[in-house]
Amino acid sequence: MALAVGLMITAVFCGLQAMKARRLLTAALWLAAVSASVAIALYQLGAPDVAVVELSVGAGLVTILFVFAITIAGDEAMDAPPIIPKWLRWLLVLGVVLALATAVLQPATSHQPLAEASFTAVFWQERGLDILIQIGLIFAGVLGVLNLLTEHDTPPPTPAPQDKPA
Amino acid sequence: MSQTTILLLGAVGLLGVGLYGLLRLRNLIQIIVALQILAKAAVLALVVAGKASGHVNLGQSLAVTVIVADTVIAVVGLALAVQVRRRLGTLDVRALATLRG
Repeated sequence: MALAVGLMITAVFCGLQAMKARRLLTAALWLAAVSASVAIALYQLGAPDVAVVELSVGAGLVTILFVFAITIAGDEAMDAPPIIPKWLRWLLVLGVVLALATAVLQPATSHQPLAEASFTAVFWQERGLDILIQIGLIFAGVLGVLNLLTEHDTPPPTPAPQDKPA
Repeated sequence: MSQTTILLLGAVGLLGVGLYGLLRLRNLIQIIVALQILAKAAVLALVVAGKASGHVNLGQSLAVTVIVADTVIAVVGLALAVQVRRRLGTLDVRALATLRG
């Protein structure tokens, strides 16, 4: 119980730090910490397969991709104010969080664990469509990586045409 | 308070953090970081909900699918961000308002 509380506090704290970080590389590292916290929580919950995938892909591969993209695109700090006003941001976020937290804290009917097939059988046999979609998504990801690695000599942006007076 | 409730509240907290980031940030790469945090919340909520409803393995297989989709979103988003940076010279989402076609 205490471990779950600690992991969730750590995950939310790391997420906040990722949002507040001024440098992109720092934000990527905080995101990896969020992923690691969630992976440990999943393992504690009895889902070691998902935890391994989350840790290797979420904390490993995605962090490497972020570092790679930041190396190419540059670590650009932005001091410009956000587009959405602060009061509206907080109103939306607090509204969503409070509504969901209220739903979570409602007394729920307890369900007995159903007799279902193993994770391997469910994943490879009953969720065949998901597997096909994942294959398509992986191909899309490969194309994305190729795009990331391709160097183009793009011309500088042309200025907008001026409206001529009639 | 049970472990399930605590983890669901944690997922709600992560969802709030990701939503706040989406509304606040203007840097394209940081927006993708916020999307990733939202996806972590979804993965955690799927596994916890699967356990709470008795469909443990179904929740886990859906969570794996979400992780794969989330990774591809990150890859394609980062590739788009790099291209935007090369063409427009900035990662600011407001610069995308200059796109035509």
